[in-house]
Amino acid sequence: MGIPVSMVEVLDAASAIEHTDLEDPRYLKATLGATLIKNARHYDAFESAFDVFFGLATSATLPEETLFDGVVGQPGDIQASDSDLLDSLVDALMTDQRDELRRLISRAVSLYAGMQPGRPVGGRYYTYRVLRRIDTDELLARLLAALLTVEDEGEIDQRLRTNEAESLVQSVRDELEREVTARLVADRGPRQVAASRRIPLVEDVDLMHATRAEIEDVERAIGPLARKLATRLAQRRKHGAKGRLDVRRTIRRSLAHGGVLIDPQFRAPRTAKPQIVVLCDVSGSMATFARFTMQLTYAIAAELSKVRVFGFIDGLDEVTGYFGTDVDFADGLITMSREADLVRRDGHSDYGQSFEDMWENYADAITPRTSVIITGDARNNYRRPGVDYLDRIVERSRATFWLNPEPRRYWDTGDSIMSMYADRCDIVEQVRTLRQLEAFVERAALPTMRRPRIAS
Amino acid sequence: MTTHWNNPSDVSNALAATGYLTDERIAQVVYLADKLDKPILAEGPAGVGKTALALALAQAAGRELVRLQCYEGLDEAKALYEWDYHKQLLRLQADEGAAWGDLEGDIFSESFLLERPLLHAIRSPEPVVLLIDEVDRVEVETEALLLEILDAFQVTIPELGTITAVTKPIVVLTSNNTRELSEALKRRCLYLYVPYPSIERERAILAERVPELPGVLADKVARTVSAIREIPLRKAPSVSETIDWARTLLVLGIEDLDDVATSDTLHVLLKYRTDIEKVAKDLSLDAVADG
Repeated sequence: MGIPVSMVEVLDAASAIEHTDLEDPRYLKATLGATLIKNARHYDAFESAFDVFFGLATSATLPEETLFDGVVGQPGDIQASDSDLLDSLVDALMTDQRDELRRLISRAVSLYAGMQPGRPVGGRYYTYRVLRRIDTDELLARLLAALLTVEDEGEIDQRLRTNEAESLVQSVRDELEREVTARLVADRGPRQVAASRRIPLVEDVDLMHATRAEIEDVERAIGPLARKLATRLAQRRKHGAKGRLDVRRTIRRSLAHGGVLIDPQFRAPRTAKPQIVVLCDVSGSMATFARFTMQLTYAIAAELSKVRVFGFIDGLDEVTGYFGTDVDFADGLITMSREADLVRRDGHSDYGQSFEDMWENYADAITPRTSVIITGDARNNYRRPGVDYLDRIVERSRATFWLNPEPRRYWDTGDSIMSMYADRCDIVEQVRTLRQLEAFVERAALPTMRRPRIAS
Repeated sequence: MTTHWNNPSDVSNALAATGYLTDERIAQVVYLADKLDKPILAEGPAGVGKTALALALAQAAGRELVRLQCYEGLDEAKALYEWDYHKQLLRLQADEGAAWGDLEGDIFSESFLLERPLLHAIRSPEPVVLLIDEVDRVEVETEALLLEILDAFQVTIPELGTITAVTKPIVVLTSNNTRELSEALKRRCLYLYVPYPSIERERAILAERVPELPGVLADKVARTVSAIREIPLRKAPSVSETIDWARTLLVLGIEDLDDVATSDTLHVLLKYRTDIEKVAKDLSLDAVADG
């Protein structure tokens, strides 16, 4: 966990600071960012930490407002003052008065956040309390009205206006967050606040409960991650054992040296490209997770090997064709849900039926060189488990892996029959972050011997 | 000889004079690179001006630009140095019968060395700007080639020994982040992430590069491009494509960027048919697109 920073980088940062104008936090931020953070994915977390430690001296200069005046407005005048506040905000935003915006937000925080000194919180709750009073939808609407200039605007104008209004609303949110953080820092000191804020790095985002923004970050990270894995895997394969001695060519070569076997020749090692078959539970509860698994699989497939993907809910169908290098992933998902034959009865996961479909219809996809990856929570809705079909799949494949995004402690609770399946698979992992997914892929895609089955 | 930059603002001004607009982050990192003799690793999407930064730096510092374009399969012989085999052969044939000991020392001397960009950059008597472009394209093994140079500005040639830089070059590496670079490489560099420019910055870039474009139109171009970049595309428009688009609008004499004008010129900005369709759909331009 956390951002890796090496000793050398810390020393670099120290010598770089000598050449930094410390009056302006922006320069310090640039210096620390360039010397300590070597991955764009980590920059957000760095920024957040930086703001806590260095970026917030400004609010101390604000006049008259005490930090925790705890005044929560009288119930009666809240509605009126909210509307006034919105007007003032729109005013400040439209005329781009940063200081005025800051003052208004500061006031709103004093009034509505109800901050209590000394509480070890990260501030999200206070922000939420203020946002309950600043009606952002209403703010957006008023900004949209204020930004309207032309009478007969086209689609583009409208779109640009919406974008601008949204970015203004976002600037209110940012300012609010900054103000809340500033007050927390003033109250408890930066170290404590930083500790209770902890923004998860992209590789640690919980894939099952990711926000939209987080999902976007994760998707951006998948491409480079996949290529990194692919190169590493290809490299290991290359450095594998030398091929067997090629007697015929060795003797032939020896003729040039008067029959002395001086130059042994080897057969090129057979590079068995791994074939991968993915069985993906794409029912509602698994949808987000399935999406990431598939994206990663596809990204790796583009570099490495042959992949066939099967989706299932209570029926199973091949979905390989819906995705590909020239198809947008989101479009692929839409086509898949429209055209693939994934539901036979009621649309609740049925692993037994799906394994049966797999074996009956696509048994030829599985060969002794195939790694089978099954992703799902093994919640079978109390239906037939179909272990006999799973057994046949496992028996024929090179190896079978199961990725379950649920935390281990929930396995086998309720309708989950994870252990029943787990006993039959080679590796069973809990995977709910990119980091875990990465670790798994690295382990799984290596050419292993034919499985030495561990008795359960 | 070092540059005469005393603070980031100097850097900023010097680069602005060449037409490259910086923000305080870029200026500070470049300033540090110069002061600490550390390479800059500029990472970011294609076409945001990473390479242009190196070009501008060379111009601003009045230095020669030495460029190493990376590609898959790049090796020592193409990046560092190579022995001039033909010349060596001629030399050997020229005095047959000479003692081998004399010849050996001779044909592995500097006059038989072919300089490639990296060696050239550190042997240059005048300081240079070394651009190692698209370093993410080389294999991980090849990255290791660069480490010695980035670390100590030196190259070790087995037959000659270690050649240390006479003058310290400013080194800029660029990467489109198609794969993650090794930790070893990153550790040696100052990291500079170059994202797509903000609307304000892109507007300023347009004003600098296409000064004939009216301000109102430039503003709208910048805002539209920014909106288009929000849409997930195969290839989001780069800064250079924004500039191309602005020039196209100028040439066509379009004064207001309305729906029709945008829809007609989208192909300048986007290079895939699927992307064009997607943007048209997303901005609800399909109604005006010619059928």
